[in-house]
Amino acid sequence: MARIIGGITTSHVPSIGGAIAKGLQQDPYWQPFFDGFIPVRQWLAETRPDTVVVVYNDHGLNFFLDKMPTFAIGAAPSYRNADEGWGLPQLPAFAGHTELSWHLIEQLAAEDFDLTTCQEMLVDHAFTLPMALLWPDQRWPVKVVPVCINTVQAPLPTAARCLKLGQAIGRAVASWASDEKVLVLGTGGLSHQLDGERAGFINKAFDTEFMDSLAANPAWATQFDTHQLIERAGTQGVELLMWLTTRAALGDKVAELHRNYHIPISNTASGLMLFEPRP
Amino acid sequence: MSTEHSDIPGTVIFDGVQARKGYALNKMCYSFNDAANRQAFVDNEDAYCERFGLNAQQREAVRNRNVLQLIAAGGNAYYLAKFAGIFGLDMQDIGAQQTGLSKDQFKARLLAQR
Repeated sequence: MARIIGGITTSHVPSIGGAIAKGLQQDPYWQPFFDGFIPVRQWLAETRPDTVVVVYNDHGLNFFLDKMPTFAIGAAPSYRNADEGWGLPQLPAFAGHTELSWHLIEQLAAEDFDLTTCQEMLVDHAFTLPMALLWPDQRWPVKVVPVCINTVQAPLPTAARCLKLGQAIGRAVASWASDEKVLVLGTGGLSHQLDGERAGFINKAFDTEFMDSLAANPAWATQFDTHQLIERAGTQGVELLMWLTTRAALGDKVAELHRNYHIPISNTASGLMLFEPRP
Repeated sequence: MSTEHSDIPGTVIFDGVQARKGYALNKMCYSFNDAANRQAFVDNEDAYCERFGLNAQQREAVRNRNVLQLIAAGGNAYYLAKFAGIFGLDMQDIGAQQTGLSKDQFKARLLAQR
């Protein structure tokens, strides 16, 4: 059977794309962020995953408010990026893994998750930039399955629901008749708020407690409803739901292999974590 | 003004009320994913806003390039970011405008949270 070999969680700020395009990785502003990925890339070179399930939130590239799915899953043979309004260079297309997509769709539906399935899907910076941080040459050595969670329009799925989604993804991968090694990549957060008079809000104490909780007690965040998460992490910091989903897919026991946390990247407290499942 | 639907200071939760109120505005901002639409807005702002049926409050907020007014008119941060992109504004420009700080002051506030 297939197995999940690890989980990576990272921020996905759009300006990372600008920094990559301009080659600013060693610029003093950016270096503490980009250097955080060096141990993760070493781990990827050693473990060599075949496929990545990318848990992210769309920011108005593929989905508009006319149709806003809570949970959407890609089932396309390939996924491409497109202009998100800023004219940034676009990244190479990603090869989809339709077999795993449909296995996940079947298994998650059987566990009572009502998914929107997408045989065509544009993927935005929340998907493409973390991939480019993991594989800077942008020659993707993996196939992908996008899982998109609504954080645009409330009501959002609760933290408890996202935890369950992640657990179900973990079970689904484990039941997939394949010898592939699967990585789960969750993108977003950590604390930040772009809008309102509270713009620029960052909460280091909360981020630290959240990151500390993930290894041993991932259910910690489920004590908060969406309003409480926004209060503590900011209107966009609620993207930590992707981290929670990713962590839950790894099973009960994990080892935290790496962590980086840096304030600020743009208006965001940027975070990075790497976990491996343990028996 | 912009703190309705939320008891978190300086924060609007983008919920069903805001989503209904801001639909036309957000739909216009969504169209700015396309470079040709960004240019069409620049070429004739009135005609472009007219096409999307912005109400008077939304039209005024767009005219003023005022983010807090845009949020009060139902704008969503993710779509408004595309509008801001037309003017080459980054998130520190947006943050400075909303908090009444200079850009340098806003950046200093971010750094102080380390």
